Amino acid sequence: MTSFEMLEYGAWGLSALFGLWMLFDLLRTDRSYSEELLTSSREGEIEDALVIDPTHQGGHR
Amino acid sequence: MSQATTIHGERISLLRVLGPGHVWALGVGIVLVGEFMGWNFSVGKGGMIASLIACWVAGLLYTCVAMIDSEVTSTVAAAGGQYAQAKHIVGPLMAFNVGLFLVFAYTMLEAANAITLGYLVQTVGGMADIKGADGAALTLHDKPFIVLTIMFLAWLNYRGVFATLTFNLVITAIAFISILILFFAVVGPWAIVELKHAELMTGLPYGWIGVVAALHFGLWYYLGIEGTTQAAEEVRSPARALPLGTMLGMITLLIAATMTWYICAGLMPWEYLGQAVTPMFDAARLTDSVLLMVLLFIGTIFSTLASANGCINDASRAWFSMGRDRYLPQVFGAVHPRYRTPYRAILFLVPVALVFAYYAPLDQVITFSILSGLLGYTFMAFNVILFRRKWPLGSIRRGYVHPFHPLPALVLLVLCAATYFAVFLGYGTQLVAMMVFFVVASLWFAFHRYKYVRRGDQFTMNWPKPQGY
Repeated sequence: MTSFEMLEYGAWGLSALFGLWMLFDLLRTDRSYSEELLTSSREGEIEDALVIDPTHQGGHR
Repeated sequence: MSQATTIHGERISLLRVLGPGHVWALGVGIVLVGEFMGWNFSVGKGGMIASLIACWVAGLLYTCVAMIDSEVTSTVAAAGGQYAQAKHIVGPLMAFNVGLFLVFAYTMLEAANAITLGYLVQTVGGMADIKGADGAALTLHDKPFIVLTIMFLAWLNYRGVFATLTFNLVITAIAFISILILFFAVVGPWAIVELKHAELMTGLPYGWIGVVAALHFGLWYYLGIEGTTQAAEEVRSPARALPLGTMLGMITLLIAATMTWYICAGLMPWEYLGQAVTPMFDAARLTDSVLLMVLLFIGTIFSTLASANGCINDASRAWFSMGRDRYLPQVFGAVHPRYRTPYRAILFLVPVALVFAYYAPLDQVITFSILSGLLGYTFMAFNVILFRRKWPLGSIRRGYVHPFHPLPALVLLVLCAATYFAVFLGYGTQLVAMMVFFVVASLWFAFHRYKYVRRGDQFTMNWPKPQGY
């Protein structure tokens, strides 16, 4: 087996590991928490004050 | 940074940990690969000069996009970016379509990046002249590296946005510096190779229609900078970080695009450059400097990684936002309680990207990405005109006010129209097929899906009633 073939097999192996890790974590997370909690996110709001608002262009004062 | 400390009450939200540097890394990271590959197909469409004109016209288009986007997103600070803007300013059907434009543009771009990275590894393996046990040349495969790119970056995105975009910041900065080093290695009295612009310039081989056709791939210099808005719910200070990161990103790209054209146009004939897969790496090879070759190889690899990484981030946020509003099944609106990422959206889009990266040809994938982006830009022009009309200056808080309104919106519309024509010249079938797809998807949404949407919940901005309503 050449070094490039080993690299190819290594890439397949790592890909499978990453995929399985994510699938396993997804199943574990979904079983550990209620669906209501997992989907409880709401759209954000702007929390800070104005930083850039050039008043000479008629912006908010 | 601890990610397990800010679950408040009974709700889990995305984590606000990003700064302007991350926003810059997201925007420039997605785009910078366009300087390493893709932009040069514009040379094939109309020659060197046409490509430069396309570079600057597309630069103008994207400056309009960045200005318009910065103003609107500094008020609609929500994951989903332009999708959330469309929802608040135009209406649900537009929002659904814009969400799909975003997911398609970024997922296709992710697939294109993975294909390029696989090709690069395969090419370097080929240069090593590897032989099999029987002494015959070995067939090298790019597919394992295509799949690994997508799986690794999806895993990184799954595990948290701070590490993902800090990684992007580092590799994008290295890729940008590699362009700067190559530029200063070939320009000036210390140049290690002579640029031959006077000999290689051939005017306009296909006339002015070639200039219009070049616009299609001219977008590649900047495609994706608008993706900065997807980080709106994860930046510490959206009103400051988003306009700052986006504008700095646009300036970076204008500099990088012009340098890229200047280097390549002075080293390669347009007939070769117009079909090269990795023009910047080829330019480095022409300098005969091993150091520059290694540097530009690393720059090309890093830029493709950064782009695919940013695309996974953005496509998943758009998909997540649509799920959260029930425009898609609500399961996609879930946030990981530990990593605080839209984990189901990230994982769901992995096989979609894999299928396109595995089976579709690169130019088709790029064209679908460009078309989806272009549809989004057309929306932005109408969107900002409606935004200013419904909520004039002074009626709501704006983090940034773009100048010369409505001129940027009108310029954007004209340039989008010219680019549709350019795409139609080369890929008319794909353009029509994509339009048919969006019409069918719109019908599905209007007649089936919209009944599941909680109409009152989707408008979250604390704005006064729009003028005229």
